[in-house]
Amino acid sequence: MASEATLGSGRRSWLPAWLAGDTVQGIRRQRMVLGVLFLLPTLIGLILFVLGPIVVAVGMGFMKWNVFRPPVFIGLKNFARLFQHDLVGNSFGNTFVMMAMTVGMLEVFAIALALSVHRFARSRLAYFFRTVWFLPVLLSGVSVAVTLSYMFHTDFGVVNYYLGVLGIDKVPWLVSSDVVRFSVSLATVWRNLGFTFIIYLGGVSALPQEILEAATVDGARGLKRLWLITLPLLSPTILFATVIDVIRLLQFFDEPYVMTRGGPGDSSRTAVMMVYDTAFANLEFGYASSISVVLFLIILAVTGFQFLLSKRWVFYQ
Amino acid sequence: MTVINRLSTRRRGDEDVVERIPDWMPRNAADWLAMAFMIAIGMLTIMPIVWVTSTSLRTPAESFTVPPEWLPEDLYFGNYLQVFDEIPFVYQMGNSFFVTLSTVFGQLTTATLAGYTFARLYFPGRDLLFWVVLATLMIPYQATLIPLFVIISKVFGLADTLWSLILPALPTAFGTFLLRQYFLQIPVEYEEAAMMDGANQFQIFRRVYLPMVAPGMAILAVLAFNGKWNDFLTPLIFMNTTSRFPITLGINDLQRYMMTGSISVVLAAIVMATLPVVIVYVFGQRYLIEGLMVGGLKG
Repeated sequence: MASEATLGSGRRSWLPAWLAGDTVQGIRRQRMVLGVLFLLPTLIGLILFVLGPIVVAVGMGFMKWNVFRPPVFIGLKNFARLFQHDLVGNSFGNTFVMMAMTVGMLEVFAIALALSVHRFARSRLAYFFRTVWFLPVLLSGVSVAVTLSYMFHTDFGVVNYYLGVLGIDKVPWLVSSDVVRFSVSLATVWRNLGFTFIIYLGGVSALPQEILEAATVDGARGLKRLWLITLPLLSPTILFATVIDVIRLLQFFDEPYVMTRGGPGDSSRTAVMMVYDTAFANLEFGYASSISVVLFLIILAVTGFQFLLSKRWVFYQ
Repeated sequence: MTVINRLSTRRRGDEDVVERIPDWMPRNAADWLAMAFMIAIGMLTIMPIVWVTSTSLRTPAESFTVPPEWLPEDLYFGNYLQVFDEIPFVYQMGNSFFVTLSTVFGQLTTATLAGYTFARLYFPGRDLLFWVVLATLMIPYQATLIPLFVIISKVFGLADTLWSLILPALPTAFGTFLLRQYFLQIPVEYEEAAMMDGANQFQIFRRVYLPMVAPGMAILAVLAFNGKWNDFLTPLIFMNTTSRFPITLGINDLQRYMMTGSISVVLAAIVMATLPVVIVYVFGQRYLIEGLMVGGLKG
């Protein structure tokens, strides 16, 4: 008898003896070796391309580094400069305004769509609409931005033409600093609605039918049922979708960059555009890093705040 | 309840007949309202897509005409040909394909391997590493971009190469997490049965588990394809040479060249650049949409 318990047929293989799969110890060793090997690509990659860079980014935030000269440690000067820099404040403000408008429209429309299509669940019609609404998600931000900037053209644009048919004056979508943030938000909503909708569709499909039925029997109907029963039941999904959308939109870049390059003036310049310009147009890598670190902290704070606030309105069964 | 809701009684001849109302049929005012809303959003979604396609098929002189012709009467393909004159379109599409397919293949490899480890293999410290991987999901990509650019150009010397777009995209915390969930759903009994048949641990992974997570891999593949094909900011920073650009940068250039010229040419490029993603979506949409719905639930 072998001293170690045997398992399986004990077929000979090319593996070295200490890894042979015919003992419990051998199998355990096989699994450990395989586990380490399997994890290496992801782990090395994440260290090199995510964890390393974020540590470096924080470090660079405390440096003055203009690419051509070696970096110099300057303490908190970048951060002090950033808080007095009007353009930075302005770009963060724009980001928040556009994020709020976009997320507001996204969530309302996506919830309405999910609840509407659920009325026709399992039909081919529902399947058809689901497919159509998801189409814009496939387009790149650049394609959407280019297309919609033509459609939003003040004099030749399709949008103003149809508004004109309805008797509405030409709207200076992209040339007025008052309107431009709304126009860019609309474009972003157009591209992202399908994605947010799918998240809500998952939530709506999982709503507990027996509670909804009981509510109907008890006389909750229409808007009352929506407000007091359906939306509270949906609130965990609402939290999830809003958190994801807010994080994504605080970082948005493609649409405003291609549609307006931040203009007119600086009225649609976003935080990430500010980081991009500071780093790659002005070549101030240290200062740009400090801005991106502040953006990161703001995103973290906003997300934390959302979770904190969620205790007041999210309803877990 | 849904079934009962879908039944209606109708008088046919002398008797009452109970019929099932088709799923797509509105039953009451609220249903009609929902239907109207769905159609309205559907139209708003479709209109820019129809406009892009039809305008790309109109002669440059007509490209600005309002009211727009939604269906062009004469199909004019000249814009499509002109795209090839304005930008190195074939190269740029080729670059996009190379970068995107490499990324998809690479992400499927790294994510299935790591996902399998976190689900089924064990070694000391594994669970701690899992939390580290999850934590990287919280780091915003933009904050890492500048150091990433420095690492890619100074350490690896890969600036302005397609590898600079592929390499950083290979490790995927999201994909690892997604596939781990799929591996976890498979009963351990399969593994035990395979071991009794003398399979080694790698064979168990390759022959038993891998085929069963195909739906999860499909979701990751479609998302990775879509994300990488449409990526704009990374190549904007990493690439300098026009012939090495992916097509997103090509379209951005084309729009600037065409500021005063014909927009039809730009739109023709957009149509051509979008086709590959649409094709991938058509094949993967069943997995993708169901997968995303479930993902939202678990979130």
